[in-house]
Amino acid sequence: MIEILVMLGAPIAGAALLASIGAGKHAAEINVGTCLVTFIAAVALAVRVVAEGPLLLAGKIFFVDPFNVFLIALTAFVGLTTSIFSRPYMRIEQDLRHLTPGRLRLYHSMFQVFNFTMLLALSANNMGLLWVAMEAATLTTVLLISLYRTPASLEAAWKYFILCGVGIAQALFGTILLYFAAEKVLGAGGGALLWTELDSVKGELEPTVLSLAFVFLLVGYGTKVGLVPLHNWLPDAHAEGPTPVSAVLSGLLLNVALYAVVRCKVLVEGSAQTSFARTLMMGFGLLSLVTASLLLLRQKDIKRLFAYSSIEHMGILTFAFGMGGPIASFAGLLHMTVHSLTKSAIFFAVGHATQKAGTQLMDGIRGLVSISPLIGWGLALGALAILGMPPFGVFASEFLILTTAMHDQPWATPFLLLALGLAFAAVVAKVQPMVFGATTAKRLPFRPLMFPVFAHLALVLMLGLWIPPVLADWYRQAAKLIG
Amino acid sequence: MPMNIPLWAQLINLLAAVLLLLAFAMLAQRRVLTLINLFAAQGFALACSTAIVAFATHQPHLYWSVGLTLVLKVLVLPWLLHRLIVRLDVKWDVEGLINIPTTMLLGIVLVVFAFNLALPISQLANTVTRATLGIAMASVMLAFLMMITRRKAIPQVIGFLAMENGLFFAATSATYGMPMVVELGIGLDVLVAMLILGVFFFQIREQFDSLDLQHLEKLKE
Repeated sequence: MIEILVMLGAPIAGAALLASIGAGKHAAEINVGTCLVTFIAAVALAVRVVAEGPLLLAGKIFFVDPFNVFLIALTAFVGLTTSIFSRPYMRIEQDLRHLTPGRLRLYHSMFQVFNFTMLLALSANNMGLLWVAMEAATLTTVLLISLYRTPASLEAAWKYFILCGVGIAQALFGTILLYFAAEKVLGAGGGALLWTELDSVKGELEPTVLSLAFVFLLVGYGTKVGLVPLHNWLPDAHAEGPTPVSAVLSGLLLNVALYAVVRCKVLVEGSAQTSFARTLMMGFGLLSLVTASLLLLRQKDIKRLFAYSSIEHMGILTFAFGMGGPIASFAGLLHMTVHSLTKSAIFFAVGHATQKAGTQLMDGIRGLVSISPLIGWGLALGALAILGMPPFGVFASEFLILTTAMHDQPWATPFLLLALGLAFAAVVAKVQPMVFGATTAKRLPFRPLMFPVFAHLALVLMLGLWIPPVLADWYRQAAKLIG
Repeated sequence: MPMNIPLWAQLINLLAAVLLLLAFAMLAQRRVLTLINLFAAQGFALACSTAIVAFATHQPHLYWSVGLTLVLKVLVLPWLLHRLIVRLDVKWDVEGLINIPTTMLLGIVLVVFAFNLALPISQLANTVTRATLGIAMASVMLAFLMMITRRKAIPQVIGFLAMENGLFFAATSATYGMPMVVELGIGLDVLVAMLILGVFFFQIREQFDSLDLQHLEKLKE
């Protein structure tokens, strides 16, 4: 109990503190400190789940099982490393006069609120509360994306608000339908939206209503996952917001939204006993994967490039969870983890690279290795990792997904291979000159903080070679649950 | 047949019809000021019908929902919007670019679609208000259509809020409202959304000198 209270209380307290002290000397340190407390609490929670199994806390409001515990830990961890990265990054932004102290204060407190909403969404047992937390996450990110107040960032934030607002309204309707079906079995009142209760009676829920509910939930939360054709907000939001925000959007928020979809899928599968939810998810997944890989080729802006790469990976994940089965779900969970770590590492490196080059256009970024070897190699290794080069973890998960698809859904294999091939060609062709090309750029008078990048990449490398038994056990149990 | 329907059920049906009518009125309204008043009226109709359902079916928790709707959607949000349009100096703004007849025709198609979509659900529902579920879905879709067709920021946001109204109405029709914690959460989110957007309007205006969203169409792919 105490762990979850600290985990959710720390970001709220931190947000209030950061909002009141403003962008003083130590705001960035307080931001890191708060994330550290949150992370420690999340680890303590994970340790308790290892010791005691799934936990129902605070009158069944919170529920922690092997499926969400690793996501909670991952979210807290990436939140922590992002706050460490953003300390020097945002200071440089302020020195470059991109930000005023007032905006920095908004950034710090909203960063904490954003962390809070994601952790709340992950640990909530009540599907209604999950919705509320997702909507709150949308609202905080609107403020974060428009932080620079440039015309482009305002447009991106507005688009994001309208698209995700409409999407999240669909999800609310789906939740209402879910409650409607559950109420007949469980009776009216708060209990009928608790996931644990729903899970125990999923066989008795009305299949027609649940299938309809799933369509709305998939479209609603799918907008936030960035599934094609609901993905329009994603590249703009990533490109125009500050880089630490791009890192947490790609690394964390998309995961949380996908997590909500998968939770709903478990219920629909249990109720309908048909392949309806699977087919729908596989279709959306493949469409996103193929479309994103085609669009990757046309990108000129480095942050948009990696934003499309996120859509691509969310497509792979949605496809994997749609396909289902112990191996595909296991691979999906592993892929969620390694994608988060790798993509946020890439955005850290990209952030410093764009600060050095003074532009986000890839044509303007050249020869990173000669300006700053750490940034250059960080970006190069990150790109190789995200493209699924062995021995990184992404290779392991993509390999598992691909082989399962060959066996279970052979029709999808050509699409998967084609998309992965296209993505590989596009990203290598664009990253290579940025890292190794000739440059005349001067060295800028600051030292990048590359420790979080290499920490993430080391973890991804480790997961490619060896998965800790605890984590593998969680994945297996969660995969069994997902089905 | 009509003799068998109790008075309160007739009242609920009447209010549902009013709700739909208001949704159409909003769709066809060019003036920002009138739009806000229509939105407040829709909130009031929603609160009235919820109150009647609460009274007739003895669902005391619905009174909280009535209170929430009254405070938030009839008083606070319209008041915030009024203040906003005064301070942004767009009180007498008229939106010229929308094709009202086509939009209305599209709206009618959407209503038919919504009724068909709601049919299987309302057949399964055992609430007395199940007949109004189709209207609830129709008003959600009309609000959605309004968001798509508008080119100015404030009408789009009113569309967003009207969509929330329709969803609340759907929840009352199908299940006598969502659990309290969820309704409170939704209310809080809507309020925060409105406050954030209020700030946002000023930023957009500062950047583009207008609230016309045509300036916001630069980002592609």
